[in-house]
Amino acid sequence: MTFLNFLISGISLGSIYAIIALGYTMVYGIAKMLNFAHGDVIMVGAYICFYAVSRFNLPPLVGVILAMIVCTVLGMVVERLAYKPLRQAPSLAVLITAIGVSYFLQNTALLLWSSNPKVFPSFFVSGSGGTGVELFGGQLKISYVTLFTIIICVIIMLALTWFTGKTKMGKAMRACSEDKGAAQLMGINVDATISMTFAIGSGLAAIAGVLLCSAYPTLVPTTGSMPGIKAFTAAVFGGIGSIPGAFLGGLLLGIIEIFAKAYISTQLSDAVVFAVLIIVLLVKPAGLLGKQIREKV
Amino acid sequence: MKSLKLNKTTRRNYLTYLLVILAYVILQILGSTGSISSSLKGMLVPICAYIVMAISLNLTVGVLGELSLGHAGFMSMGAFTGVTAAIALQDAIPAAPLRMAIALAVGAAFAALTGFLIGIPVLRLNGDYLAIVTLAFGEIIKSIFNNLYVGVDKKGLHMSLLSDKTSLSEGGKLIIAGPMGIGGIQKISTFTAGFILVMITLIVVFHLVNSRAGRAIMAIRDNRIAAESVGVNITKYKMMAFVTSAALAGAAGALFAMNYSTIVANKFDFNTSILVLVFVVLGGLGNMLGSIVAAAALTILPEALRQFSDYRMLVYAIVLILVMLATNNPTLKSFFSRFKPGKSHGKEAA
Repeated sequence: MTFLNFLISGISLGSIYAIIALGYTMVYGIAKMLNFAHGDVIMVGAYICFYAVSRFNLPPLVGVILAMIVCTVLGMVVERLAYKPLRQAPSLAVLITAIGVSYFLQNTALLLWSSNPKVFPSFFVSGSGGTGVELFGGQLKISYVTLFTIIICVIIMLALTWFTGKTKMGKAMRACSEDKGAAQLMGINVDATISMTFAIGSGLAAIAGVLLCSAYPTLVPTTGSMPGIKAFTAAVFGGIGSIPGAFLGGLLLGIIEIFAKAYISTQLSDAVVFAVLIIVLLVKPAGLLGKQIREKV
Repeated sequence: MKSLKLNKTTRRNYLTYLLVILAYVILQILGSTGSISSSLKGMLVPICAYIVMAISLNLTVGVLGELSLGHAGFMSMGAFTGVTAAIALQDAIPAAPLRMAIALAVGAAFAALTGFLIGIPVLRLNGDYLAIVTLAFGEIIKSIFNNLYVGVDKKGLHMSLLSDKTSLSEGGKLIIAGPMGIGGIQKISTFTAGFILVMITLIVVFHLVNSRAGRAIMAIRDNRIAAESVGVNITKYKMMAFVTSAALAGAAGALFAMNYSTIVANKFDFNTSILVLVFVVLGGLGNMLGSIVAAAALTILPEALRQFSDYRMLVYAIVLILVMLATNNPTLKSFFSRFKPGKSHGKEAA
């Protein structure tokens, strides 16, 4: 039963990583850049939701939607101001700019909201005040946060699959990630598509931020960086650029992390996670679901 | 007149040596007359350490052409092993400079060994996958040092992982105390030691780059398949650059650590790796002088921005973004290239 408990909390943590990793992987797929500022967008989303709910007493759902709107706009503005002028620049220059944006967001948050940790309110409480469901006579406890996280992640996954597969914008996104030049020749507005990708990724980051802080309720300006790095790892794990890959990578990473914490050592769990990543990349150098591109001579 | 006609690279290398020596002499003179502030004086050794870090990372990123996001891991390895050696030898070798040199050598050796072990799996990968694996190794090294306990007594060194199980005999001393790191370090790093390390680094890197091996390494960077097809042993040369880079970073770590009385593993995290990468990219890939200037300037910058107090890191971030935007702006680029005769536009378009 404890095994099942760990598995469920692993899936829940993994779902959060998966949502963040989706943002990384979509941006990487289309703009071929590692957006290191993504983790900090999560933090901004969590802060917006925190202030909306606990200071302005808005209902949680409104807080989440507000956070999504702010993050979406933030993502598009950052893309327009910092990344778009560098579209032709070497990838390292873009990487450093992304790091600059990450510092910028963290320090702005530090100035606006101070470094004092905020305790994130728990939204997921039933009418009678319970925080979870109990199964098998109380042996298996699943909190509502866990349940919601998993459900939301599945919904996002299905919605994104539908979006990229069926809609015009989604098809445009896939076309741009295959070949920008050819996409432009077919009349696709590449700039708008990239902007849209950033918008979706950042909106998802806001949701991830709220879920992350509901599960681990301390909120500081550096909250987003470690989950950001882990989610980035998850995206690579699953094969960067691939949406199902990010989903799978995130889930596996979360499960491995929780199991490493439970069965190996709490302090060394990060080391175990990264060691597994290295082993996977050695066996499958393009990640679990990544496409192995043959080199042309 | 043949000896006077040095080629461009050699001239550039000598200029770099000259400028570093000049900077050292000037700072020494200013220091002896007491006209540099105490905050700058305290930063001289870290600046030297960061310069060595930047040059060594430039070897991986600029010359070998592989992005490494875990360079701080080697620094950490060098710092912890170097300081452990220095503390363990405290009674055996009373002369501080000699102990310092041994500590740097030990740090470099262990970092080189780590670099070799990490290099075996890492160098099989390419591009972003290689970058993420170096990141992973950096985090693993940090995790391990955060949970490592090392003590010394008459019987020698004892180690344990996760909790203090060293069970030292009478008179023994715990050196690395897990998350508390190493405390009570004798501050034996000096600016002169730092300067010497920078010079050694420059000599090593320039000689490597301008050798047959260096040309092979750059050939791999420019076109791996072409290099392989003319018989360049890819793994060997990649490993050579990677291990050299790791060893130098290890020495830098030992130098850095012995400038402080305590050192913890969390000091050498992902952010430190990124910081050094920023030096390298701002200084120019493959440009060692650029790395030196960028490392020195960007280490001083947050201090110089002290008047902005709370806003200094914000200003730093904005400066970073603006510099990247400005240096990659096509209009500015073509404007500056007018002043550089002999450099064709064709190169940039490629």
